[in-house]
Amino acid sequence: MSLFIYMLRRLLLMVPTLFLVSILCFVVIQLQPGSFTDRYLEDPRMSAETVARLEQQLGLDRPAYEQYGRWVWGIVTRGDFGFSFFANRPVSSLVGEQLFWTVVIASMTMVFTWLVAVPLGILAAVRRRGVFDGVTSFVGYIGLAVPDFLVALLLVALVLALGGRQVGGLYAPEYIGAPWDVSKFLSFLNHMWIPVLAVGTSGVAVIMRQMRANLLDVLGADYVRTARAKGLREGVVINRHAVRNAINPLVTIAGLSLPDLINGTIIVSIVLNLPAIGRLLYDSLLAQDQYVAMTLLLMTSLVLMVGNLIADVALAWVDPRIRYD
Amino acid sequence: MTKPSSKKPSSKTVPRERATPLRMAWRRFRGSSLGLIGAVILILLYLVALFAPFLSPYSITVQHSRYVYQPPQQVHIFYEGSLRRPFVYPMTQERDPVTFQRIYAPDTDNPVPIRFLVRGEPYRFFGTWESDRHLFGVDEGFFFPLGTDRFGRDLLSRTLVGAQVSLSVGVIGILISFSIGIVVGGVSGYYGGVVDTLLQRLIEVMLSFPRLPILLALATIIPSSWPSTWVYVGIVAVLSLIGWASLARVVRGQVLAAREIDYVQAARAMGLGNLRIILRHILPNLTSYLLVAATVALPSYILGESALSFLGLGIKEPMTSWGLLLKDAQSFEALRSYPWLLSPGLLIVVSVLAFNFVGDALRDAADVRSQ
Repeated sequence: MSLFIYMLRRLLLMVPTLFLVSILCFVVIQLQPGSFTDRYLEDPRMSAETVARLEQQLGLDRPAYEQYGRWVWGIVTRGDFGFSFFANRPVSSLVGEQLFWTVVIASMTMVFTWLVAVPLGILAAVRRRGVFDGVTSFVGYIGLAVPDFLVALLLVALVLALGGRQVGGLYAPEYIGAPWDVSKFLSFLNHMWIPVLAVGTSGVAVIMRQMRANLLDVLGADYVRTARAKGLREGVVINRHAVRNAINPLVTIAGLSLPDLINGTIIVSIVLNLPAIGRLLYDSLLAQDQYVAMTLLLMTSLVLMVGNLIADVALAWVDPRIRYD
Repeated sequence: MTKPSSKKPSSKTVPRERATPLRMAWRRFRGSSLGLIGAVILILLYLVALFAPFLSPYSITVQHSRYVYQPPQQVHIFYEGSLRRPFVYPMTQERDPVTFQRIYAPDTDNPVPIRFLVRGEPYRFFGTWESDRHLFGVDEGFFFPLGTDRFGRDLLSRTLVGAQVSLSVGVIGILISFSIGIVVGGVSGYYGGVVDTLLQRLIEVMLSFPRLPILLALATIIPSSWPSTWVYVGIVAVLSLIGWASLARVVRGQVLAAREIDYVQAARAMGLGNLRIILRHILPNLTSYLLVAATVALPSYILGESALSFLGLGIKEPMTSWGLLLKDAQSFEALRSYPWLLSPGLLIVVSVLAFNFVGDALRDAADVRSQ
């Protein structure tokens, strides 16, 4: 019950923040020099009146506060995020699929990160100051230092140098529009490893380090000594007693590293031509397609807030000592 | 060999020398080999950036149109089995009969020796002192150690000069966002009440964005008609505008704690002004903490600039930066045919790595409790 109330309160607290965030999104986009219709002023086929009429149609001639008010009112009352001038479609129809793929890529990356980083962190802590520890710590440093887009470029260059062609996009071109089946899914996986690796390297480094540090803290605790003293096998001591307690703080780290995950997904999707929000955000910003850009900014912020909420709830779930207040 | 000297300070009780906190921190920092390596690399990198026009063999804007997309030339020291001074082979080229792509091949019959302090294109040092000496070069033909780009510009020269932008963005950006962060965080923590609540709300909103999307959005505010130096200033401003919030939050927490310390209470009782108390009594107490925070935060500015420039929303030609150089390697075609265009990326990695080394070592050195 208390968990439910806690979640409800957190969700309610998100409303005013989201409201302020939406204002900030709007202000930033309004600060862009020029407007969407500027491109038509150069066009000899369009007269100044036509451009003015277009501006009127798109609502760009109204004062800023009115544009903002209409936008927010549409979202709140009808779930209408505005209209994409560029794609000539409602924003919601444009953003939905992209957001879906963004979440898919981010989730796959997260799973990959944890599957790789946690065991590596455990091994590094158990064999402290050994060769393995040194190597993983150095690799971790490198992972933190390489920008995500550079990892993507390097992997693409590597695949191309080895004669491969399976780079860019979600799956091989022949599967576009085809229904999902096993071969399409395999092709999907074959394309997905590059973005997942590119986005995930820094996350692996962060979680691996944290896992190592946590486990080292826990290994010095009294109950671990007790467990050893009562003659438990080392494997049981590590896995049942130490790791179980060392993993809790990682949930918070997962929440904190969520922004990196979103950033990485955005830039890597631009490099690799993936239909995630990166490309759309980039294009809409350059084309001054204001409602698309504003909606995407709002969405990334929403994803971040929801992710943090999930991380907090997950922490309460794995660690019964956490209380909500 | 270094073992005994590093043991000494801890075993001796330090006779005359007073163990000030700074000296103790320096001793701990010296104990971290990664931190020292990082510091040396950083000093070297910043020296390279400072002397870039002298170190680079060619000007960054001169287009060698006959040498478009030339692959890197290797330095050799053996010619027909005998040791020589370092030399390179000039590149000969022919056209692929089908694709009309240039194909370069080293001309192994005519080795060209590398000479030092050669005369080349004139440049200006620090905007005043003119010179035409370059650290190295060749007398005849050209020597492109990292190859050339699509206009035939020397990639090494562009990378070295690009260091000026890439490495300065972080330092200037940090200084600006620190000034904002310290003032906002200090005011928020010191005054409390409504001011605090409002500022915290603002910070929360700033922090509820992932960095990159809002960075991209802010970067598009910079008018495309601006000259490249203004764009540089704009990019620094954008980066610092994003960076101050997390710092302000941290400073606020520290100030909140420091406000209750006796000597601050005493200063207030003596009737000192609020600003003076914040700047003279509270902040000096946080110096080491702020220094660590700055070093740890700096790589994100370098990475931010490189991401923006890479996406074409950052530094503008004719200026250059590592991110902007990597932009040329963005297409799959370039990655396949001209992989040497990726080499500036190595410097991004090395500089961020060095900052992380130093940052971690500083954090450990400043953290007295863990000792």
